[in-house]
Amino acid sequence: MAQPIVKLNHVSKSYGDSTVLKDINLELEAGKFYTLLGPSGSGKTTILQTISGFTSVDAGDVYFDGQRINELPPNRRKVNTVFQDYALFPNMNVFDNVAFGLTLQNVKKAEITRRVTSALKSVHLNGYGNREISELSGGQKQRVAIARAIIMEPKMLLLDEPLSALDAKLRRDMQYELRELQQRLGITFLFITHDQEEALAMSDEIFVMNDGVILQSGTPVDIYDEPINHFVANFIGESNILNGVMREDYVVEFVGKRFECEDAGMRPNEPVEVVMRPEDLTITTVENGKLVVTIDTQLFRGDYYEIAATDDDGNEWLIHSTNSVPDNSRVGVTFAPNDIHVMRFNESEEDFDARLETYETDD
Amino acid sequence: MKSKTANLFYFIPYSLWLFLFVVAPVALILYNSFLDINHHFTLANYTTFFKSGTYLMMTLNSLWYALLITLVTLLISYPTAYLLSHLKHKQLWLLLIILPTWINLLLKAYAFIGIFNQTGVANQFLSFIGVGPQQLLFTNFSFIFVATYIQIPFMIMPIFNAMEDLNQSYINASHDLGATNWQTFRRVIWPMTLPGVKAGVQTVFIPSLSLFMLTRLIGGNKVITLGTAIEEHFLITMNWGMGSTIGVVLIVAMVIIMVLTGDAKSRGGFQK
Ligand SMILES: Nc1ncnc2c1ncn2[C@@H]1O[C@H](COP(=O)(O)OP(=O)(O)OP(=O)(O)O)[C@@H](O)[C@H]1O
Ligand SMILES: [Mg+2]
Repeated sequence: MAQPIVKLNHVSKSYGDSTVLKDINLELEAGKFYTLLGPSGSGKTTILQTISGFTSVDAGDVYFDGQRINELPPNRRKVNTVFQDYALFPNMNVFDNVAFGLTLQNVKKAEITRRVTSALKSVHLNGYGNREISELSGGQKQRVAIARAIIMEPKMLLLDEPLSALDAKLRRDMQYELRELQQRLGITFLFITHDQEEALAMSDEIFVMNDGVILQSGTPVDIYDEPINHFVANFIGESNILNGVMREDYVVEFVGKRFECEDAGMRPNEPVEVVMRPEDLTITTVENGKLVVTIDTQLFRGDYYEIAATDDDGNEWLIHSTNSVPDNSRVGVTFAPNDIHVMRFNESEEDFDARLETYETDD
Repeated sequence: MKSKTANLFYFIPYSLWLFLFVVAPVALILYNSFLDINHHFTLANYTTFFKSGTYLMMTLNSLWYALLITLVTLLISYPTAYLLSHLKHKQLWLLLIILPTWINLLLKAYAFIGIFNQTGVANQFLSFIGVGPQQLLFTNFSFIFVATYIQIPFMIMPIFNAMEDLNQSYINASHDLGATNWQTFRRVIWPMTLPGVKAGVQTVFIPSLSLFMLTRLIGGNKVITLGTAIEEHFLITMNWGMGSTIGVVLIVAMVIIMVLTGDAKSRGGFQK
């Protein structure tokens, strides 16, 4: 791997008695779209601020472009932030807001005008220069905030839940635009969200956080298909999580039956949790089913039906199906070995990765 | 329909107040300013005022001292308000600053006479550190000192409120874009707290134009402002016409200040 643009090395941070970041290690490569995903209060903003310089760390090192920057004040760091509440200066119009950073340097007026115009153009706000901030919609404010940051040509852009104030439709549009902007400019983005769909849709790599710890990092597909533990599985998308026992490599037992799976490297008869995604479960006839369930309710979600069902042992199942099934009917449910994902209790990300190495290489 | 009559009803006390204590006195002052000492209509008061060097000097004096008082008050209040807004128990500290305003002005003036006189605490201290007793009372310095002391809370409060409204994220955004502390102050903090400064300047400057008790008790009448002149005309020379004329001039000056410090939008950007 090339030299990371940002590296956090054993970073910790406490406020009084509460530890907000616990031994965070993280490396970001230049030019990629990274997302910090986690519930409220998990420490996402705090991580962002250790990079932007608004929070000092208690222990550990922060590197930017190979330089240790723990002591560098925010105004001298080559990163820019799009704040959660945008923080556009209300006493300046759009043009002056975007120009702000350049006017602090000895940039000629003509040059400023040229760059502001081009920054506004890249966020599709040509001609909005003379607008007052109070005259903008939420989405427009958000674009101005982005323009104000990218005009500085930072190596890295930090975005703290920039889409959280937007309505669903605009939010989707902005997701595309942000992704497209990032790829066009080639700047590293570190994006915060607590919306898992947003994280999956936009990122090259996701860091899932909870309680000041990075639980898992990886591509959206990795994290979705192979969550490391109950929390991640639950947080990323809908899932069916069941207690089970790993009988031997590639065989797991749950709901009283043994199933073939693709996981290995655990102790024989080790207690585990099993994750199955609702869209991986297929409804079939009772005879063909690996499981038999009774349909409780279903909700029409537009592109699929979300079906709640209960099996004979009383376990609840969530199934996504393109076809409706009558309530209270008994149906079979089937799935393939690779639809089953087995999680060990208290496995660290390192151990998890190491274990995956051992049996995925000898495929 | 019913609510409309009710609304009118609520307006009665306010309208009465406005009429009795604002409109009527101003009208009376205006009317009186056109009367000579024998109650005949005349423009002489105004010609006297604008032709006499003494009155013009007094006007300048009033403006000059009000300006000085406002400036000193602002210089002390702005940093204080900034500090206050960053303190932990800020409401308590603010209360301590507001507290003195509840004490009668005259009482405070007499207290300062006690402090500043030849044998007062201030001179005892000066003797103690070896400077020796000084003439403190009845100097321009003591006048401005006491006036500033009295006005400070009225300046701090609006500025403090403006600071409270200033979200930390604006300051962070400014630093994030590369601004130094000074640039952040000049481009973000100052323009965004300017409305508070203006409100403070209004509440301090305008009353300072006509501080006559202090000029007498603390300033020893060395500083003669328009306020003193009005008092003299009404109570001593009994020339109400001339007193009213000066009053009208003061009112006009106040209106001008109000307009100047009014709602004009403050801009921090580089485009003018
Ligand atoms: N200045 C501070 N003083 C004390 N505690 C703080 C401070 N800043 C943050 N915290 C605490 O640190 C924890 C993490 O905060 P942080 O802002 O990083 O969360 P977050 O993941 O960004 O949450 P959200 O999604 O709600 O923005 C929270 O429990 C918060 O209460
Ligand atoms: Mg946050």
